[in-house]
Formats: sequence, C-alpha cells, structure tokens
Amino acid sequence: MHVFLIRRLLAAVPVVVVVTVFVFALLHLAPGDPAAIIAGDLASPEDVAKIRAKLGLDQPLLIQFVTWIGQLLRGDLGNSIFSAHPVSELIAQRLEPTLSLTLMTLFISVLLAVPLGVIAAWRAGSWIDRGVMAFAVFGFSVPGFVIGYVLIWLFAIELGWLPVQGYTPLAKGLWPWLSNILLPSFTLALAYMALIARITRASMLETLSQDYIRTAHAKGLATENVLMGHALRNAAVPIVTVIGIGVALLIGGVVVTESVFAIPGLGRLTVDAILRRDYPVIQGIILVFSGAYVVVNLVVDMLYTVLDPRIRY
Amino acid sequence: MTAAVTLSTAQPARSGFLAFVRRHPTVAIGSALLLAIVVVSIAAPWLGTVDPISINPSQRLRDLSAEHWFGTDRFGRDLYSRVLYGGRISLIVGLSVAAMATLTGLAIGLVSGYLRAVDAVVMRVMDGMMAIPAIMLAIALIALSKASVFIVIVAVTLPEVPRVVRLVRSVVLTIREQAFIEAATAIGTSVPRILWRHLLPNALPPLIVQATYICASAVLIEAALSFLGAGTPPEIPSWGNIMAEARPYFQLKPSMVLLPGLFLAVTVLAINLVGDGLRDMLDPRLARRM
Repeated sequence: MHVFLIRRLLAAVPVVVVVTVFVFALLHLAPGDPAAIIAGDLASPEDVAKIRAKLGLDQPLLIQFVTWIGQLLRGDLGNSIFSAHPVSELIAQRLEPTLSLTLMTLFISVLLAVPLGVIAAWRAGSWIDRGVMAFAVFGFSVPGFVIGYVLIWLFAIELGWLPVQGYTPLAKGLWPWLSNILLPSFTLALAYMALIARITRASMLETLSQDYIRTAHAKGLATENVLMGHALRNAAVPIVTVIGIGVALLIGGVVVTESVFAIPGLGRLTVDAILRRDYPVIQGIILVFSGAYVVVNLVVDMLYTVLDPRIRY
Repeated sequence: MTAAVTLSTAQPARSGFLAFVRRHPTVAIGSALLLAIVVVSIAAPWLGTVDPISINPSQRLRDLSAEHWFGTDRFGRDLYSRVLYGGRISLIVGLSVAAMATLTGLAIGLVSGYLRAVDAVVMRVMDGMMAIPAIMLAIALIALSKASVFIVIVAVTLPEVPRVVRLVRSVVLTIREQAFIEAATAIGTSVPRILWRHLLPNALPPLIVQATYICASAVLIEAALSFLGAGTPPEIPSWGNIMAEARPYFQLKPSMVLLPGLFLAVTVLAINLVGDGLRDMLDPRLARRM
C-alpha cells in the first residue's frame, strides 16, 4: 500500500511539472507582446514598459522561469496587476462560494446519477432505460448557461421559489445558503449527471451479465441486495474514474455557472481577470484548478484499492 | 445472398433511405436537425433577415412581432437576423476545431504509439494538458491575444488534441502487436508506410466518432467563451455574444437569452446524436456496451 502510494504520488509529479511549465509558457506562446496587450490600446510606451518590468518580462527567459518557480514553491502566486493584491489572497477570498457550488454539485450528481444508471442497466431496453439515456444525451448537449437561465426563469421569476442570483455565505444560515446554491448546483450537475449515469449504466450492464450475479439471484437474494451489494460494488471502479475525470468538466462549468448566477467565486474572479487582462490572476487560478484536478484524481486512484481489494499495485 | 442482391437492386432508392432511417433513427434525426441548422445559417441572407449589425435606436428592445420575429436588442438590431447569422460562427468553429484537433492528434498519436522513444515524453505532456480544464486553457490563450475567430479556433483546438492522441495511441498499441504488422516490418516496409497503410485505416472509425464529439464540444466552448466575453469579437454576431449582450435584460425579456440558447442547444444535440449514431454504426461492439 505504501509503495503504491509513493509510486502514485511520483507519477503525479511530471503532470504537475508539465502544467507549471505550460502555464508559464502561455505568456510567451501567445502572439504579440503580452505586456502591450495587457496594458491595452490606450497605454503609453512607459505604461507598457512598467508592466513589462512588473511581470519580469524584461529579464532573460531562464531567469524569469527560475524566479517564477522559486516563488511558486514558496506559495507565492505573484500579485494582481490591477489591484496589486497577492493572487493567493484573492483566490482564498473567493474559495468558499466555489467550494460550496462544486461540493453541492458533486453531492447531487452522485446521489441522483448512480441510482439512475443502476436502474437503467437493471431494466435495460425498457422505457426507463430509454428515458435515462435520452436524459444523458440531453444533459450533455444543453449548455450550462442555457439551463441556468431556464431554471432562473422557471423557479425564480415565474414561481418565485428561489432567489434569482447571488450568494450567501454558509455562516449566515443554512437555508439562505442553500436557497442560493440550489439552482446553480443543479445547473452545473446536469452535464456531470449525464456523464455519470451513462458510465454507471455501461459498467452495470457488464457486471450484471456475470455468472456470480445469476448465482446471487439463484440463492434467493433480494434484488436490491444483488444490485447494490454485488453488481454496483463490482461496477464501481469505472464509475469512480469518470467521477474523477469529470471534475475537469465541473471546473469549466463553474466559471460559466458562477457568472450566470452572479456568484462571487473563482469563476467570477476569472471573468473579471479576463476583462482586465490581469494575467497573474488567470495563471494563479489555472494552477489552483489544475492542482485540484490532479489531487482529486490521486484520491480516485487511492479509492481503487478500497473499492476493489483485488487491485494491488 | 443472390436473393438479397436482387431485392436491393429491385427496390427503388427511396425505400433504402427509409430502411436506413428505421435502422439508425438517431443518425437520421441528428442529421436532419443539423442539416436544417446548416441550411438556415448558410441561407440566412435569403430568409427574410436584415443586416445583423445595423443599428436602429428607435427600435430598441422590441418584443417578438411580425416585423422582428425574435424582437430586437438594446441597439435595435434584429435578433432573428443575428441568431441566423450567429449559426455561421458556431458551425465554422465546430468544423475547424474538429478538423484541426483530429489531424494534429492523429499525427502525434500515430508517431507516439509507434515509436517507444517518443511515447513516454509525449504522453506526460498530454497528461499535463488534460489536467488543465479546457475552458481555462482557452481563456488563458485568448486573454493574451487580440480577439479574432481564428484565435478562438486555435484556443479551443489545443485542449482537444490530447483526447485524440490518447485514442489514436490506444488503437496503435493494440494493432502494433498483430501479425500483419510484423509481416509488413519483415518484408522491409518503412515506418511511415506502415503508419499510413496499416495503422491509419484501423484508427479511422473511432476517430470519426471522436471528431463529431469534438465538434459538439467546440460549439459549446466557443459559445461559453463568447458568453464570458473571452471569445468571438463582440462586433460579430455569435450565439454566445448575443446571449452575453442580452444578460442584463433577462428578467425583462427572457426570450433574448433563451432563443439563441435554444438554437445552440439544438445544434449541439444534433451533432451529438450524429456522433452516437455513427458510433453505433461503426462499432457495434462498443454500442452494445454504452
């Protein structure tokens, strides 16, 4: 187990290195002079020079890279060009809404999509199965921001059950927090649910055709026990894998969903940073998001051994 | 066998078409929807539209009417015309990204799968790229460039490439070990020729399916980027741009956001249906599993 843990951690190192180099290189890959673009059309040559110096772009490439990596290792993501605040501080301030949104989405998706997929596989070919599959195609095709607006229109404007937009911190009470987070979470959950339901169904179909499932039925076990205990347990590895990979989808969706629902999280910070061409902030957010993705998938890999004791690395 | 041949030649072509529709309903529905969107976008100038960027301050924020089927926006521009013309951007971006990502990914995947030496490095780079969410990668590239449709295409293509590379590589890895490749190597066939003549044809069916999914995802990402203000330049009508401009008026006039959204959703749905259908047709084994 420890050997596996260490080996898996080591395997994540090159991914993190590539991400870091890539995020650094982006600034230099883009056509044109980044300092001039960040400064905007109305900037004077002095302003451009100032930004260039601030970003360290006047230094040789190697020095820039080493400086940047050195700062990163000390947890310093640089300072915002716009407000001069440290990027790490800006990100920390916006963490709670984004975490609330993603965790709630994860919760809703797994809670609803896994049973949907199980039922679809159990009743393969029936109208329930077709309904779930149709939902999966639909969920994959309708963009999050369209769904978001439809939900706002229906539940906030027409029915008036939930607030239109905004965010209330959890510290101000459970219901105010929940009422603000529900619509965006369902919006974000749709595509994720489609993905999970689809893979659950596929994986379950495969396990349900195994001999031990027939044996379980034959010895008189209740259907729920066979489905949940025997089949789902054995079908779990691909499902958990997709939940991990799907986090990338979730993160992309966060940016869009937060701006539809005016939630002051990392997504909003990204959009504001784009509009102000605040490049250090964009770089910082990409690093945080990619880091989250790597960590989630590390955890997923660890879960393999728990879910399926046959897996020994 | 003979009977089947006579039967198929004796039947008029139309019944062949109907049989196809019955056997592959998803492809048929998807293609029909997609065809409708393509025709409407290309034929936009002849479908009762006006100049989609002409401003008319006296006609601002009009409701749906016989004159303005989808109403007008805050500059008095006709939304029906803007939505039809907007389809062109989505289709151009979708097709270009699918083509560019597939070709780039194919080239890298073939070489990486066949040459062990390159493989490890290439795959680590691909893993790293896949760890960066597609929209974030695109945003980072666009934020540093002057906005243009071409930059959007490049920025959306880049994150899609690793998916193609992984697919092509996995096909190459399974086929490479088979006897006919060994035979080809034994008679002195060159590596490029093996890649072209033996590996490419086997990688093609899953690649075509993947390309349709990439096309759908590119249409979605372009719309999302434009919606966020980091995509197609605002002066060009695209579905994402139209929705972004309509946002402040959503509570007043939901149709300004929902109508372009509907077109976007139908287009992506159509492409995905075609992709699902192609997958069922080209790989029945996979189809039964999914």
